[in-house]
Amino acid sequence: MLVIKNLHAEVSGKKILKGLSLEVKPGEIHAIMGPNGSGKSTLSAVLTGNENYIVTEGEIYYEGKNLFDLNVEERAKAGIFLSFQYPVEIPGVSMINFMKTAVNEQRKFKNLPPLSSGEFLKYMREMKDLVELKSDLANRSVNVGFSGGEKKRNEIFQMAMLKPKLAILDETDSGLDIDALRVVANGVNKLKTPENSAIVITHYQRLLDFIVPDFVHVLYDGKIVKSAGKELALELEEKGYSWIKEELGE
Amino acid sequence: MEKEQDKVLREVTESDYKYGFVTDIDADEIPKGLTHETIRLISKKKNEPDWMLEFRLKAFEKWLTMKMPNWAHLNIPEIDYQDIIYYSAPKQEPKYTSLDEIDPEIKATFDKLGIPLDEQKRLSGVAVDVVMDSVSVKTTFQETLAEKGIIFCSFSDAVQNHPDLVKKYMGSVVPYGDNFFAALNSAVFSDGSFCYIPKGVRCPMELSTYFRINAMNTGQFERTLIIADEGSYVSYMEGCTAPIRDENQLHAAIVEIIAMKDAEVKYSTVQNWYPGNKEGQGGVYNFVTKRAICQGENSKVSWAQVETGSAITWKYPSTILKGDNSASEFYSVAVTNNFQQADTGTKMIHLGKNTSSIIVSKGISAGKSENSYRGLVKVGKNAENARNFSQCDSLLLGDKCGAHTFPYIDVDNDTAVVEHEATTSKISEDQIFYCNQRGISTEDAIGLIVNGYAKEVINKLPMEFAVEAQKLLQISLEGSVG
Repeated sequence: MLVIKNLHAEVSGKKILKGLSLEVKPGEIHAIMGPNGSGKSTLSAVLTGNENYIVTEGEIYYEGKNLFDLNVEERAKAGIFLSFQYPVEIPGVSMINFMKTAVNEQRKFKNLPPLSSGEFLKYMREMKDLVELKSDLANRSVNVGFSGGEKKRNEIFQMAMLKPKLAILDETDSGLDIDALRVVANGVNKLKTPENSAIVITHYQRLLDFIVPDFVHVLYDGKIVKSAGKELALELEEKGYSWIKEELGE
Repeated sequence: MEKEQDKVLREVTESDYKYGFVTDIDADEIPKGLTHETIRLISKKKNEPDWMLEFRLKAFEKWLTMKMPNWAHLNIPEIDYQDIIYYSAPKQEPKYTSLDEIDPEIKATFDKLGIPLDEQKRLSGVAVDVVMDSVSVKTTFQETLAEKGIIFCSFSDAVQNHPDLVKKYMGSVVPYGDNFFAALNSAVFSDGSFCYIPKGVRCPMELSTYFRINAMNTGQFERTLIIADEGSYVSYMEGCTAPIRDENQLHAAIVEIIAMKDAEVKYSTVQNWYPGNKEGQGGVYNFVTKRAICQGENSKVSWAQVETGSAITWKYPSTILKGDNSASEFYSVAVTNNFQQADTGTKMIHLGKNTSSIIVSKGISAGKSENSYRGLVKVGKNAENARNFSQCDSLLLGDKCGAHTFPYIDVDNDTAVVEHEATTSKISEDQIFYCNQRGISTEDAIGLIVNGYAKEVINKLPMEFAVEAQKLLQISLEGSVG
């Protein structure tokens, strides 16, 4: 589904990714962990096509196609979804209107007719229930006045609405209390199918108690330095990142 | 509404000014230039009574002594008033009793603009007076309205058929010497709409005037007079377009509204004159004086405007709140893109007791445009318990445009409460990226954000106009980010 080969990327002239390689197959959940500044968020920005991040070397293939040939919204319509670390507020635009535009754009891309208002509202209600989103959030402006937890839950709600093939959860657990974390993780798990995949970027292991990864990768200084099964997350939680540095001989 | 909005967004794909075509019709034009003779000629062409000609000549004398106002935050190039044609009428008797007599070219023009002249084809509930260049070409539903005693006709017809009303009220709200452009209009105005709603009558349909400039080198000078007698109600809409031309065209109009005791007038405008091209060449100069008087107790006047067109806009729809307990509102969205300039706002003059006014102004600037809000709230010394609330918001797209707010407050009565709020915001790259990441294109994202921002004002427009306005907002801003 996703193949990243020797990816180098920089932002504002600063080299962040220095030869990252990763392969994600359908149905897999990959956790990417690493200390601050290791390049975790840069990876999500490059995958979604954020123009502030410049790719200087390497290749990314998504479903066999060169990802760099697609712009931000084409990638989104092709099924790449980012749950933002810091969801953006858009005053004056209701969640309903926002989601309806997004859902129908995606349907247009798949040559499906747009949903009628009735169909859309019904679908929206179902997905809201799925992620346990309070109903009034949908009538408010996108993320405006939402608490930190509500914003994150809103990201998962949008993910439920758009049913991406590849979901990237960028520090979705940060700022969440344990109950909110459970709700968010439940949403992700309920949306899991054998075909779709997820990249879970996180700093802490606790999210991985709820979303169980198939693989855990340690990102350090712009490269994946260690990959293993879910037990690696526990080891990191216990020992911190310093032993990785030692292993690398730094 | 929800569904309609989406339809609108889908429909909009073209970023060019789609009303920019020219209709090839024979026109009856007078030579360029402005002298006493020009005015006599216009008056004669319209077969006007002497009092009308005198009014024009007095205005002209006054105009000769005046200078163009220069206080606005506008850069207005020199205008050669002798290089303008002051009268141009489609060549054909301007009075049409049946549709069949209208030049098919003219009919086709308005069909293309979405304003069919055929009453059967019109959305029911809207009567239209259609003004092309200097004359009114057709007023629909006149008979239906006449049954209720409502007079809705071209200004020229009103001069002929209702001289008493015209004589009494013309110039009573905007005197001929009010300002430079008002004086010019009073001297050379060619046509416009006239509307009288009798006592206690609620006008059963939306009244509307559609203005179209077609001829080249022609100025459009129309005036509208609306009189709402005691206890009456009318909702009035005004729309306008012009062909794409390289040279600038002048539009200087006057609107006067009189609301008697317990009367209510809603006046909505969707202004879409040709704004000029992306390099700032061409476009209409829109210098308009609009003013209402709440003459009687408990009267109410509401202004709602969506201004997206014109190279330069100079316009301040205002209300004189004379009657006790009278009220007025001003809801405005003004969009400027590329090299457009707008200096627009309102004046609320509180004279009566317990008068109240609300001002909501939303400016949107993009490209290299300049967008200013200029407003005056004045409370006279006898205006006990006057209330005003003003909100002026600016939205910036990009970093080469300007947004300015010039609020003036002048209060002579201690019991007045005047509130003013202002905000400035920007559409951020982050917001666009967030929308893009959800599969929404940049253009659609701007459409969503701008329509969300302007919602409060759009909601004040009659339904048919609201849809049009939403489309316009998006079209006007296409290509402005990224």
